[in-house]
Amino acid sequence: MPVIFSKSVRGRTGVSLPENDVPDNVSIPENCLRTSPLDLCELSELDVVRHFTALSRKNYGVDTGFYPLGSCTMKYNPKVCEKAAGLDGFANLHPMLTALPDGVKMTQGSLAVIYELENLLCNITAMDAFTLTPMAGAHGELTGMMIIAAYHRKKGNNKTEVLIPDEAHGTNPSSAAVAGYDVKSIPTDPATGLLDIEKLKEAVNEKTAAIMMTNPNTLGLFNPQIKEIAALAHSFDAQLYYDGANLNAIMGKFRPGDGDFDVVHVNLHKTFAAPHGGGGPGSGPVGVKKHLEPFLPVSRVVKKANGEFCVCDDYPDSIGRVAPFFGNFLVNLKAYVYILMMGGEGLKKVSEQAVLSANYIMRSLKDHYDVAYLKTCMHECVLTAKRQMENGVSALDIAKALIDKGFHPPTIYFPLIVKEAMMIEPTETESKEAIDAFIEAMVEIAREAEDNPEALRNAPVSTPVGRLNETKAAKEMNVACL
Amino acid sequence: MAAVPTDLLYSKTHEWVQIEGDAVRVGITDHAQDSLGDITFVELPKLGTSVKKGGDAGVIESVKAASDLFSPVTGEVVSLNDSLESAPENINSDPYGSGWLYTVKFTDKSELDSLMDYEAYEKYLETI
Repeated sequence: MPVIFSKSVRGRTGVSLPENDVPDNVSIPENCLRTSPLDLCELSELDVVRHFTALSRKNYGVDTGFYPLGSCTMKYNPKVCEKAAGLDGFANLHPMLTALPDGVKMTQGSLAVIYELENLLCNITAMDAFTLTPMAGAHGELTGMMIIAAYHRKKGNNKTEVLIPDEAHGTNPSSAAVAGYDVKSIPTDPATGLLDIEKLKEAVNEKTAAIMMTNPNTLGLFNPQIKEIAALAHSFDAQLYYDGANLNAIMGKFRPGDGDFDVVHVNLHKTFAAPHGGGGPGSGPVGVKKHLEPFLPVSRVVKKANGEFCVCDDYPDSIGRVAPFFGNFLVNLKAYVYILMMGGEGLKKVSEQAVLSANYIMRSLKDHYDVAYLKTCMHECVLTAKRQMENGVSALDIAKALIDKGFHPPTIYFPLIVKEAMMIEPTETESKEAIDAFIEAMVEIAREAEDNPEALRNAPVSTPVGRLNETKAAKEMNVACL
Repeated sequence: MAAVPTDLLYSKTHEWVQIEGDAVRVGITDHAQDSLGDITFVELPKLGTSVKKGGDAGVIESVKAASDLFSPVTGEVVSLNDSLESAPENINSDPYGSGWLYTVKFTDKSELDSLMDYEAYEKYLETI
């Protein structure tokens, strides 16, 4: 598609400017004058509308079609949440208002949203206190690990290591490292697809600051040995961290706090239907058990005896500020609306439906693709292109072929512990018809992988650009203004 | 895939080692480059730094993933393959030749005993 500058025609304009009634004899020093004319697009209004409409039609999102990008939870986000976030009183609220004398009185509604959302999340996860300030999942992880580090410092514990299974989310090791810890990886037991508990027992010792778990893990499998792992961690005063990026699989079924987790982060932009993609905005609130509450970041919203809300920074053991103001407040607001709208029973159904959809896909495709672990999965399933590789068709080829069939590809080559992985997460918001159409496309691709593998290696052919050279794209950045 | 060269030693993390006097040349194996896919970027350890056997020695990024590199021996990094900065794809096309990574002057020659010869490495590949 041509860039907008190439459509510019000298002298064309989208607006009629009134006659200049400002004297033009203003003297400007010679050295401040441009030497060449400004290179601006000269276009009519219709040119501009058509250009950007055409661009938008090349986009693909959950509003246009099925988007089974595993691990990312690309579910449909109800528009009513957007409407709430667009309300004047929220959208135009100045973040410094609480700093003004009596400003807190003018922000009671928003402070109530923060306070109540914290309580709702405590209830959903069985934790004692929450902070809404972290602005993304990995930011939540870092905040959680900083809280754990502050706890150990306060107690005088000399802890240097964090243990992380290799089936956990990929951001966990970096969060632990940024918080100052050495990371030790715990291998997955190939028989179960869950962390090898014997290896964990060998690795845990008095140096262990925390064990970070993703449950269900990146293979979409739930680890039922949580209580045992928690007891093992706590016997060394290590903290058990719950990466709640997959919370959408277990709402109303399992609460991390009931499984003796000490810290949890949740991704509001995934489980609680705030839109994301393209890098944000997200929100990664962190919940803790009572013994870690003093270390939560400031500012915190407190409810006074008279029912009024106030902002409090007086927490001497706090890790301080992790984000300006109250984090991504409008994202938090969308999650608040979503939780109230769904209710407890509704959230439980969300998880049930998400798990049912993933298992339906896995069972429907198991005769056509190898399944990494053929047992009941949670909200996502991991297939592999092992069988198709015998004909030289890789997970990448299958992903590209799906684009030709009108679907967004699943996540590929993740988790890293599965070769030629394809990680499919349908989410609860897709109808059976939409899922069936996807299954049919995958079956067709499996057939083509046997009958005509060469064609798949050239996919996609129906898109504005064909197969991209991914190596070149990663190495030679050439960003153009469209 | 190319055959595993018979004159090199191998680590379980898929580095190969070629002994050159009191130093070793290090690269990643054909199996490793094939698993990683098209390599886009390599971060080598700095010249003159100390590396530990099994410790981090840079990062390698492909279109699929970013992975740590591990040093097969303890010692000091004495030379780097600078050409990888502009042509990391050499690791894909010639992992045992122009795709070498760095050389290390080792401090303890006995560490080499724990590495695998080509037969052991071939057997190891069959188990994974």
